[in-house]
Amino acid sequence: MELSSKTEESFRIVSVNDTRIDAAVAIEFKDAMRTQTEDGPSVVILDLSKVQFIDSSGLGAIVASMKNLGQDRKLALAGLTPTVDKVFRLTRMDSVFSLFDTLDGAVEGLRS
Amino acid sequence: MIVTHFLPKFQVSVQSGQLAVRSALEKLLTQLEPLHLDVEEAGTIELVLAEALNNVVEHGYPPSSEGGAIDISCSHKRDGLHFEICDQGLPMPSGETPIGSKVDLNVPMQDMPEGGFGWFLIKDLAKDIDYARQGNSNHLRLRLNVRSA
Repeated sequence: MELSSKTEESFRIVSVNDTRIDAAVAIEFKDAMRTQTEDGPSVVILDLSKVQFIDSSGLGAIVASMKNLGQDRKLALAGLTPTVDKVFRLTRMDSVFSLFDTLDGAVEGLRS
Repeated sequence: MIVTHFLPKFQVSVQSGQLAVRSALEKLLTQLEPLHLDVEEAGTIELVLAEALNNVVEHGYPPSSEGGAIDISCSHKRDGLHFEICDQGLPMPSGETPIGSKVDLNVPMQDMPEGGFGWFLIKDLAKDIDYARQGNSNHLRLRLNVRSA
């Protein structure tokens, strides 16, 4: 599970460089997210544009990452591909996260 | 005249383990390629099978067990793709599939559920879900609609 991150404006942008967040890598993903967001800006944008598939374990790992950030920080999701978007909609997790079609859209939309 | 081409019945087998589900899904989707499924349909099939297979790997053949084979067969019929997943692992605890009710999201952020979505997704997306324990085997059958080829 490869994640990369950068800080842009007042956001920590974490990009997933794998095509799947599934049961095989859910724990690895959680650990990598923790490392990438340990410090830095309070708003984290998770760029999912390369991810083609997510299962319920992957969804759970993203929820765990959000909880790990704590009450004072925020996790937004950007670049959801069709199947990933479907999992968020069906589980109604789209109501829990701020979702943006693109990374640029997320930066634009979250700018205060 | 509409000519419908049905795929011949096929079977995919994998040994349980951390990468078993990925391997099985890859093989299954390769077999389904002649149907030219769109992203939506292929995504639904992959998701339902992933959730069903994850359950076998996590609960049927838990890490404490020796593991075993998972056989998935698929028949293409007029009403869609009929899948049967067989394993020789532990039976479903209650003898039937979990209800798979909607997860309650109306809770404080720190209580947000991190699991319990799997059966909900299967029951939401698949039809004619049937579980049977026959001898030492689990048989999970389900159907997924696909547009006729």
